[in-house]
Amino acid sequence: MHVPNGFLDAPTSVATGVVATAAVGVALVKARKELDDRTAPMAGLIAAFIFAVQMLNFPVGAGTSGHLMGGALAAVLVGPWTAVLSTSVVFIVQALLFADGGITALGTNIVLMGLSTVLVGYLVFLGMRAVLPKRASFVPLAAALGALVSVPVASLVFVVLYAIGGNADIDLAALATAMVGVHVLIGIGEAVITYLAVASIVSVRPDLVHGARPLLEQRRLVIHDTAPATSSQETSA
Amino acid sequence: MGADHGHTLHWHGHSPLHRAPAHLKVVGLVVFVLAVVATPNHWYAAFAGWLALLLGVIAVSGVPLRYLLPRMVAEVPFVVFAVLLPFIAQGERVEVLGLSVSASGLVAAFGLLAKGTIGVLASLTLAATTETTALLIGLQRLRVPAQLIQIMSFMVRYLDVVTSELGRMRVARESRGFRARDPRQWPVLARTLGALFIRTYERGERVHLAMLSRGYDGTIPEAALAAPARAHGSHGHAHHGAPQPGTSTQPHPGRAAREVAAR
Repeated sequence: MHVPNGFLDAPTSVATGVVATAAVGVALVKARKELDDRTAPMAGLIAAFIFAVQMLNFPVGAGTSGHLMGGALAAVLVGPWTAVLSTSVVFIVQALLFADGGITALGTNIVLMGLSTVLVGYLVFLGMRAVLPKRASFVPLAAALGALVSVPVASLVFVVLYAIGGNADIDLAALATAMVGVHVLIGIGEAVITYLAVASIVSVRPDLVHGARPLLEQRRLVIHDTAPATSSQETSA
Repeated sequence: MGADHGHTLHWHGHSPLHRAPAHLKVVGLVVFVLAVVATPNHWYAAFAGWLALLLGVIAVSGVPLRYLLPRMVAEVPFVVFAVLLPFIAQGERVEVLGLSVSASGLVAAFGLLAKGTIGVLASLTLAATTETTALLIGLQRLRVPAQLIQIMSFMVRYLDVVTSELGRMRVARESRGFRARDPRQWPVLARTLGALFIRTYERGERVHLAMLSRGYDGTIPEAALAAPARAHGSHGHAHHGAPQPGTSTQPHPGRAAREVAAR
């Protein structure tokens, strides 16, 4: 759910715009360490992937459905800086080409749904990965916990921004309770789907999961009697 | 640019607004919306003025209102919030239609609705009158980093490829009798996301190899920077009018390998 124009006052919008610009600038530099000269095509395709992720509806029951925000998922799959970069590009393109989310709220949307979900999700993921057994099969669980925490924290960041630049005098404690309450439920859904999606990738191509790579390096070479099938599947569009 | 069919908001036209340079339109939009957002909530006449100005611009653009209005649904969740505001906001209460509501909440709800609506309509006007390519050139004029523009152009270029891949997966699921009704179907849908990620990542690697095999060295050449529309054409990759971007991305194995070895 994108914040539209006018939801927060102009100074707050400008301030979050400055924060978002700085974050994207840092991400541009840091993502090159994660992707080197593959940055432009890979970050672009991952942005298209995140856009597609937000299109896939998960039924909740009673005719309602929701979709993934995908911040924590992207952070675990491609690394935090590429994820910040890609989600930010998604919001820029959505604001300019699809009129989704206000153009003056672009910074707010990047800070809320790009920066805070990605960074919180990734930090929790790192913490959990350090605590859980050092096996790739525990990566989906760590990613799910990251997703679980990232969504309510992002909603708290929203409440803080609303407290600074909101346009109506709502009881902030009540707003915080309502927002966090709803987003804990959304976070549980986000966590379950993130778990299932990361588990499906780890079981097939663990080498593609950025968050699983440090664990894979500890694997020892196993030589089978029969050569396994080649992994190069040329799937055409 | 082949990616424009993914940009469904564009309304083809030749009005002065369509022809205006994209960077001026982006700056105009930001300045206009900032001015609207900064207008105090109780300046009702000012909002009428902003709306009249915007409707005048839309009239000049020739984009019909019946095309723009249905596309304003993105605003709906916030309309719900705005409608609730008078009931949950604090402060002095007033009677409206027999209901006790907050006076400040009522004004805030009006401000939210007016600013949100004018903002969405203005954004839609930009999207309807600006081609993707023109927009990217405009952002370049506004000193947006070249690297970011490259990423955006790749995203827009492959948006259709990736989303239609997701569409084909849906057709494949449903042709096997799958219906998503409740959370019990989540594992299947989540595996779809997993498969989509693997395919998208591998496509990205193939695109990169295809670029390497055509001489890409991590930067887009100076000449191509001036016109992002042709930025990747100089690598012979995803040409203007290429019917399927995905099929043109298979690298020449020998050349790609030499290129990688030479690095």
